[in-house]
Order: sequence, then C-alpha cells, then structure tokens
Amino acid sequence: MEQKDLKAIIEEVLKEMNLGSSAPTAEETAAAEPAACQASDACGLEIPSKGITLEPSVVEDGELPDISKIDIRSQYLVEDPVNKEAYAEQKMAAPRRLGIGKAGARYKTLPQLEFRAAHSAAQDAVFNDVDEEFVKSQGLFIVQSQCESKDVYLTRPDLGRKLAPEAVETIREKCKKNPSVQIYVSDGLSSAAVAANTGDVLPAIMQGLQSAHIDVGTPFFVKYGRVGIEDEVSEITGADVVCVLIGERPGLITATSMSAYIAYKATVGMPEARRTVVSNIHSEGTNPAEAGAHIAEIIKIMLEKKVSGTDLKL
Amino acid sequence: MNRQEIKSIGIDIGTSTTQLVFSRLLVENLAGSYAVPRVSIVEKEVIYRSQIYFTPLHSATEIDAEAVKKIVRSEYEMAGMKPSDLSTGAVIITGETARKKNANEVLAALSDLAGDFVVATAGPDLESVLAARGTGADTLSEEHRTVVANLDVGGGTTNIAVYEKGALRGVCCLDIGGRLIKIENGKISYIFHKIKKFAANHRIDLEVGEKADPEKLMRICRLMAMQLAKSLHLTEADAEHRSLYTNDGKMLPETPRIAAVTYSGGVADCVYNADEQDVFRYGDIGVLLGRAIRENEHLKGLTTYQGKETIRATVVGAGTHATDVSGSTIRYDKSKLPLKNVPVLKVPRMDEDDFSVFRESIRSQIPLFYSEGKIEQIAIAFTAENHSGFQDVQKLAAAIIEGAKEVIESEYPLIVVVENDIGKVLGNALNVQLDFKKPVICIDRIHSSGGDYIDIGEPLAGGTVVPVVNKTLVFNT
Repeated sequence: MEQKDLKAIIEEVLKEMNLGSSAPTAEETAAAEPAACQASDACGLEIPSKGITLEPSVVEDGELPDISKIDIRSQYLVEDPVNKEAYAEQKMAAPRRLGIGKAGARYKTLPQLEFRAAHSAAQDAVFNDVDEEFVKSQGLFIVQSQCESKDVYLTRPDLGRKLAPEAVETIREKCKKNPSVQIYVSDGLSSAAVAANTGDVLPAIMQGLQSAHIDVGTPFFVKYGRVGIEDEVSEITGADVVCVLIGERPGLITATSMSAYIAYKATVGMPEARRTVVSNIHSEGTNPAEAGAHIAEIIKIMLEKKVSGTDLKL
Repeated sequence: MNRQEIKSIGIDIGTSTTQLVFSRLLVENLAGSYAVPRVSIVEKEVIYRSQIYFTPLHSATEIDAEAVKKIVRSEYEMAGMKPSDLSTGAVIITGETARKKNANEVLAALSDLAGDFVVATAGPDLESVLAARGTGADTLSEEHRTVVANLDVGGGTTNIAVYEKGALRGVCCLDIGGRLIKIENGKISYIFHKIKKFAANHRIDLEVGEKADPEKLMRICRLMAMQLAKSLHLTEADAEHRSLYTNDGKMLPETPRIAAVTYSGGVADCVYNADEQDVFRYGDIGVLLGRAIRENEHLKGLTTYQGKETIRATVVGAGTHATDVSGSTIRYDKSKLPLKNVPVLKVPRMDEDDFSVFRESIRSQIPLFYSEGKIEQIAIAFTAENHSGFQDVQKLAAAIIEGAKEVIESEYPLIVVVENDIGKVLGNALNVQLDFKKPVICIDRIHSSGGDYIDIGEPLAGGTVVPVVNKTLVFNT
C-alpha cells in the first residue's frame, strides 16, 4: 500500500471519530461516507457506518452513588436465601464481605467494584502524603525521617526509623526539654488515618493529661516515619514517656485506622516488647476522642509505675 | 486486671415467700491487651440457694423486718458468707408488700448485714424483668430467635416480661396468683377483694368460711388462666380484663406477637408437672391454678419452654441480673462512690442535636427533681449518639455545665450517664471546663430512662468499671 493511501485512510478514520483537526459539519460527514466505505474495502477493515452519526452526548447533573459509602454489614445480596433475617443479623456483628451473592463462579458486579474501591482507598492511604496545611492547622511543625521520598520510605524501613539530621536540630531547637510526656504524630502507612483522627485523638490526650496535671512537651509531625523513631525522639527530648500516633497499614475494611505506641524511657535499640499499643482507633473502631482520653490514662499509669510494654499490667 | 470474681446477694421479699441466693459473677476484660478495655460480666453462677420461707408479716401489708433479719442472718451462716465478701446485690420487695415504709424498715434492719452496696427496691416492672432473666426467658428468645414471654405466677401477682431475640419488649403485672384464695382445714379462709368481685362477675359466689370445693375453685382458676391468655393478646381483652392489672398498670404491647412461654414463680411447678396429690396441700389454690394454666386452650397453642428456675426465678434474677457494669473508659471521683437511688434526668433524644436546646432541656427539667423546694442529687442521662468528635464533646460539656448550673452550685457531685462510648473524654472535658473544682462522675454504655433510679457502686476490675443497678424500668410501648 502506498504511503499516501495509508495517510488518507487514517485521516478518514480520524474524521469519523470526530478527532480530526477540524470537526466536520453534518454535510461533510455525509459526503465522507462513500470514501470511508472505499477505504474499508481497500484495507479489509470494517468500519460500521453507524459510528459516523454519533448521538450528541447528554451531560446529566446526577451523581452516581458512592460505593465506598455502602455499609457492608447491612449489605445482603444472596438471592432466594433460606433465612435472610438470621444471616443479616449475624452480619451486623462485624464488617465482612459475606452474604454478597455470586454470578456463576464470580462476584457480582457491585461487590467486585466495592472490593476494588476498598483496595484503592488502601493504596491511596499508603501512597498519598499527609496534607501539610492540615498538619500545620493542628499546631504541629514538620520534620522528616532519613527517607527523601515515599519510594525510599516504602523500600527502606531502616531509614524510616531514623530522623534526618535537620530534623534532630529542629526538634532540639523547638521542643520543650525533659517533659514528662512527648507526643508526636507520624504518617506511618496511612496518611488517611492521620487526616481522619488527629483532630480528635491529639486534643483528647492533651486534655486528659491536663486533667491529670501531667506536663506535656511540644507536639510535632514526622513525615515518612516508622514507629522506631520514637526511641530517638525520646532520647533527644529527654521525655519520660514518648507516644507516637501513627497510621496503621490499611486493610480492606478501613484505611483510616490509627495506633498509639507508648513507651517509658525509650532508648534506641530497646526491645519492641517495651512498647504499649492502643490500636484500631477510627470512627468504626475505638472512638478516636475516647481513645485519646484512654491513652492519657495509660500514660498516667506508666508514669506512676515507671514501666511500659509487656512489663506494664493495665 | 483481666479477670475478677465478685460475689453478689439477691434477696426477694415477696407477698408470700422470702428467699435469698448468693451468686458468683465473673467480670472479665474481653478486649485484647492492645485494645481499649471492654469489661463485661461473663459468667453468672448461683452458688447458694436459701430455703424458701413464708414472708414474716405483721399484717397483710406490713413486713416483720426483725424476723426477716433473723432469716438473712441464719442464711449467711449456713452459706458461710460474710457481708464483707459481697460486692453487689439487690433486695427486692415485691407484690403487696412493696411499700415505701416496708422498704425503709427492711433496709434499716439489714444495713449491717447487706453492706453499702445493696439496694432496697420495689416495683412490679423490675420484678417481671428479674423473674424472666432468672428463668432464662431472655436467653431462650435469643437462642431460638423468637418471642418468649415469662409468666411469673406467684402468690399475689403474675409478672410478665416479653423478650424478642434477647431484647426486652414489654412488661406487665396482673392481680392473679395462687394465694389470692387461701384454704385452711378444708375451708376458705381468705379471698382477695378483687378476686371476690371477679368471681361474682362470673356468677360464682365465694365466701370466707365456706367449704373449699375443688370443682368450684377450678372454675375460678380457669377464668384466671383465661385472663392470662388475654394479657398475652391471645384472645380479645375486655374492660374486666383491664381492671385486673396491678396498680392500674398497662397491658403488654400488641407486637411482637408472643410465640413461646416459660413459667416461673411458686405456681410454675404446678403448671409444668401434673400430679394427683391433695390439691389444697399448700393451703391455697396454686395447684388448681397451675392445672388451669396447663389446660388453657390458648396458652396450650404456644411453645412451652422449661426455664432454668421456677419458684426461685426472681431471687436468682435479683442476685445475678440486677447488676450491670458500665463502659470501661469512664471518669469518676472515687470519693463520691457508691451512690444510691439517684433519680435520672433524661434529655430526650430529639433535644440532643442542638446544644442550646440540650442546655435548656436540662435547665427546665431540674425543678422537677426539687424536694421541698431544694435541689436533690440527680444523674443527667442522654445518648450522645451523634456527639463523638473531640470538639463536639467540648461543646456538649459546656452545654451540660450551663444547663446544670444548679447542680454545680449544689453540694452534690455532677453525675452524667451516657450511652455512647465517650465517658472518659466527656468527663475530662467537664473536669477541665469546671477547673477541677467540682467532683464529676461520668459513666458510659448505660441506658437509662426518665423515671429511673440508678445506683453506682464502687469500682471493679482494677478501677476500669463501676457496677450499675438501673431500677424501676419504664418502657416505650
């Protein structure tokens, strides 16, 4: 085939798809029709003629329902169930992808889309950064671990456990020395958790500590941080108790779960067993504000008993 | 502390019998060690059952408190228990003897035996609930996914509680019982006035002193059993039926429809077991009433379950089910506990969303609790369903403080009872906003209604929870 014939065919096809340099008028489209037929004859392509007269697209104002808002506990999709009521009651006990029916051997469309939506939310929670404006609005200054990017953070856990040299300087400069408690927030594996819970958990801890007349250091935010950084923070600030509020690795039920890792006199290289954990803090789990009040109580007990982790019997 | 065993006492002083049980309650933190604690009562076991005594009475309505004390004292000895072994419990005074004067006297007589935690309380609604729970009607309805009514047929009254899949749906109490007609030496020695009138309505003439005729008395018992069928909405109720409710009480709601029954109370054994012995051997019509209930065509149409307890249902209920535990993250001023018989000021759910409405709701209700023109100790209760964020909780605390200004200026602590799990954060907010100048008790996971009274006991499980007894239950029908 000649080069110029090929070019003509491409032009024709583009024209039919309304992607040409100039949008054809109705007359032009009609005129182009025979040519298109010829072209398809020439190269053996079948271009359906109805593709040429496209219906004008209608833009609706409506919205599609947000499938991530479906409460999977109350979703029951089995057709012709033996006892729907009994199954539905059991489903209310916990969010699980059960009783969602099937299409042949596969998922139905809706549960399949919901699953993918949940998976996407989990990925977003890991890969997105926490909005810096949000962090500042919580009254926190920002420092960073030794990871310079998300990629490094995800591939080099060791660097996520160390503060960058500038971060060490900033903390020395801005934080109160030797407080009873040093609290900070970190993204960990879910930025969404930080955005969703910090505003409730952090002030509730602060108020709880205030209720117990416990002196608190200057809170801040660590970007690309893993739990282990708290040991370094503890050493730098000289705090008796250090507490990090950190995003948990997201699952398919929630992407916004936060944990608090709390330790008494933490030191770099100490055993993990010395950390006390409060996990599953999110709107569908432990109520964030109440969790904050509970964490303050744990800190109070920790200061009294001077131990943490497995040594601390709560 | 993850597990704690506590001991509880239940004393039931009824119109005809007085009983006592000791039980063991196991309180355990069910949450994992990395989660916020979730303390519940996980096991309830009756470890000692007393003999069944006839209630010592001075007159038909006056309890001989000193004689009750003797009974309780001797039972303590037989069980090998000391008052100091007990952490919680309830004294229930029921039926016709449920009068304030009796309650005060019994409480005074038992004060050194029953400790600080034990409550004296009365009321047919609570009795119905305790009997049903003691029988296990609640569990049966939950396990069989059905609607179960427990009929506690006692000496003076029949207390009914209906459970649907484990949830209470309604209670009622009728003047129908085994000792409303008493028989001595083959002669009728006593007839309750309402029953005499009831019999006369059906052209059965009964007089004290006449020979006890089993046929004639059986006719009355059949009519009484029919009234029980009416109370369960198995057949149409009429004006006569409505007059049989104790203290002009209400009927059960028409829904849910009752599918099964359990029987408890003194007459229950006569319902479950047919026998050919002397029908008047207990000196009353209990055996005949039991037979009439067993043979009633409407009641026969329901599934009948055998409950765990019969005559001891109420006392077992009082010993094991009266006490509940609060949520596990709460705030309290320990020096103010225990608290007893605190009336509940309930903020209606619809007043909760707007903080100014919420504040006014508290403020306008406080005068309802005045006693002789002065404020009394009250507990402010609400759901806080839509208030769980930190900022919201702060506003809620501010609204409570403004609304309950009178409480705060009084000598009493500020007591707040919420359903949503925000007790600790709300308690902290109240403490901070009040500048730590007012004792605050803020507990959660407790449902309370207006008209209730609550007791809040001393902390359990290492201080995580407090035992709560919610009394005089009022239901939405």
